[in-house]
Amino acid sequence: MLDITLGQYYPGNSFIHRLDPRTKILATLLLIVAVFLANTAVGYGALCVMVLFIIALSGLPFMLVLKSVKPLLFIIVLTLLLHTLLGQGEHVLYQWKFLKVTEEGVQMGVKMSMRLILLLMISSILTFTTSPIVLTDGIEALLRPFRVIGVPAHELAMMMTIALRFIPTLMEETDRIIKAQTARGADFSSGNLLARAKNMLPILVPLFISAFRRADDLAVAMEARCYRGGEGRTRMHQLAYHAGDAAAFVFAFAMIGLMAFLRWGPNVL
Amino acid sequence: MSMKLEHVSYTYMPGTPYEKEALKDISLEIKKGEFVAVIGHTGSGKSTLVQNLNGLLHPTKGNASLDGVDLSGKSNEAKMARGRIGMVFQYPEHQLFAETVYEDIAFGPQNLGLNYEETDARVKDAMKFVGLDFETYAGRSPFSLSGGQMRRVAIAGVVAMNPDYLILDEPSAGLDPGSRDAVFAEVMELYKKRGTAIIMVTHSMEDAAQFAKRMLVVYDGRIIIDGKPGEVFLKEKEQLLKVGMDVPEVYKLADALRDKGLRLPKEITDAKTLLAEIKRRKGLR
Repeated sequence: MLDITLGQYYPGNSFIHRLDPRTKILATLLLIVAVFLANTAVGYGALCVMVLFIIALSGLPFMLVLKSVKPLLFIIVLTLLLHTLLGQGEHVLYQWKFLKVTEEGVQMGVKMSMRLILLLMISSILTFTTSPIVLTDGIEALLRPFRVIGVPAHELAMMMTIALRFIPTLMEETDRIIKAQTARGADFSSGNLLARAKNMLPILVPLFISAFRRADDLAVAMEARCYRGGEGRTRMHQLAYHAGDAAAFVFAFAMIGLMAFLRWGPNVL
Repeated sequence: MSMKLEHVSYTYMPGTPYEKEALKDISLEIKKGEFVAVIGHTGSGKSTLVQNLNGLLHPTKGNASLDGVDLSGKSNEAKMARGRIGMVFQYPEHQLFAETVYEDIAFGPQNLGLNYEETDARVKDAMKFVGLDFETYAGRSPFSLSGGQMRRVAIAGVVAMNPDYLILDEPSAGLDPGSRDAVFAEVMELYKKRGTAIIMVTHSMEDAAQFAKRMLVVYDGRIIIDGKPGEVFLKEKEQLLKVGMDVPEVYKLADALRDKGLRLPKEITDAKTLLAEIKRRKGLR
C-alpha cells in the first residue's frame, strides 16, 4: 500500500529540480505549445532530442520518465491503429476490403502518438522534479493576478496543500486499518463484487471517522493560530527567479520559435 | 510450540529513493506462554518486528514461522497459523467499525468461520473478560463509548479470537491511569489463566519491568539485548542509556540511595521491595 509513490516526486538536486516552480509550470506550457506546433519529422526529432536533453539535465532515470506513458498506452496504441487503418490518402500501401493502409495514414498515426508520448513525458518531468507542495506554491503565485476577477487563488492553493499533506497520512491510516482487520481474519479479495464491497466496510468506516477527526483537529489548530485566509499573509519560502530560470525561458521560447520556423518558415530541408 | 524468526531482514519500498532497511538479520524464538516486552526508540524497527512475527509483513530475507508453518504462505495452513496470533495495534479503538459493540467483537470469530452459537459464546466471554457488561453495552454503538471503553471493545475483538499468541503495540498509550491498570490487569489474566503468550511493544520501562519475564531491546533494526528485565536493568544500564533508553525510576532511586551510603541488595525490581528494604535497614516497621 505504501509502495505507491506519491505525486511521483523523485527527490534530487539537479538544475531542473532547482528551477523556480513558476518557471517549470510556464515552461511546461510553452513546450506543450511547441509540441502542438510541430508537424514535420524534423520537428518531432528535435522535440525528442530536447526531451532527452531535459531528462539528462534532471538526472531522472530515463525508464522512470518513459513509464509515465504507461497509463495512456492503450489510447496511444488505439490512435496509431485507427489512423493507420482508417486514414485517407493517395499512396495506398495495403488494402483489404474497406481497410486501407496509406502512407499518409501511417504518418499521421505516428505523429499523433508521438505527440501524446511527448506531452506525457514533458508534463511528468514537471511532477517528477517538483515536490507537490512547491508545485502548489507555484500555482498559487501564478493564479494570484487572477484574483481581481474572483479566482480564490490562496484558498485553492491551501485546499490543495492540505489535501496533499493528508494523502500520506490517510494512506498510512488505511494501511494500518487494513492490517488491523487482516489480523482479525478479514478477507478483502474473495467473493463477488457485492461481497467485496461489503468487505470494504471495516476499512471505510474507521477511515472516514479518522478523516473527519483529523479535519476537525486541523481546523481547530489553524484557528488557534489565528488563520484567517490569505489576506496579508507572508510566506516562509519566498519564490525567486534566478539566472537558470531566464535560461529555461529562453530555451522554451527558442523551441517554440524553432517549431514555428519548421512549420511556416521557408522550406530549407 | 514457538514462533520463530530466522535471519529476518525487512526493507520498506525496496528499489526506490525511499528505501529503508528496518530489520537487519534478526533471529528470534518466542515460546508459548512467554511474556515478552519489546522496547526501543521510535523508528528502531520494533513495530516492523512484531508485524513480521504475525505474518502481516513478510520478511524480505529469511523466514517467519509458527510451529514450523511458514507465515508468508497462501495455504490454508498458513492462514490458520496467522489466525492463532492476535494483534492489538496502537490506538486499536480507531479500527472499530460496526454498528454495535456486539457486531464488532463478533467480526474476528466470524472470520474464523465459527457458527452463531460459538460466536455468541466468544463475544459474551470476551466482553466479560474486558469488564464490559453484556446487557448494558452489547447493543450500543461503539462510537458512543468513552476512549477507555472503546479500547476495551477493540481488545475484546482480538481476545474473542482466542489467540495463542497476543501481540500488543503500546496498549496503554493515551489512556488515563485507571483504564491503563484495567487493560494491564486483563492482559495479565490472559497470560496467567489462559497461558496466552504476550508480546508487548512499549516505551515504558516501568511496564516492561513490572509485567514482562523477558525483554528485547531493539535498536537500529537489530535486537541488541535479550534477557530478563531485572537482569537487563542491572547489568545493561550503560548500554540502555547509550541507545536513548532508560531504566525504571525504582532502579534509579535505589542507585541514588546506594550512592548516599544505604546498603541495599542488588535485586530490587519494584517499589514495594525497595520500601521494605529501606524500612528494614533503618529499623522501621
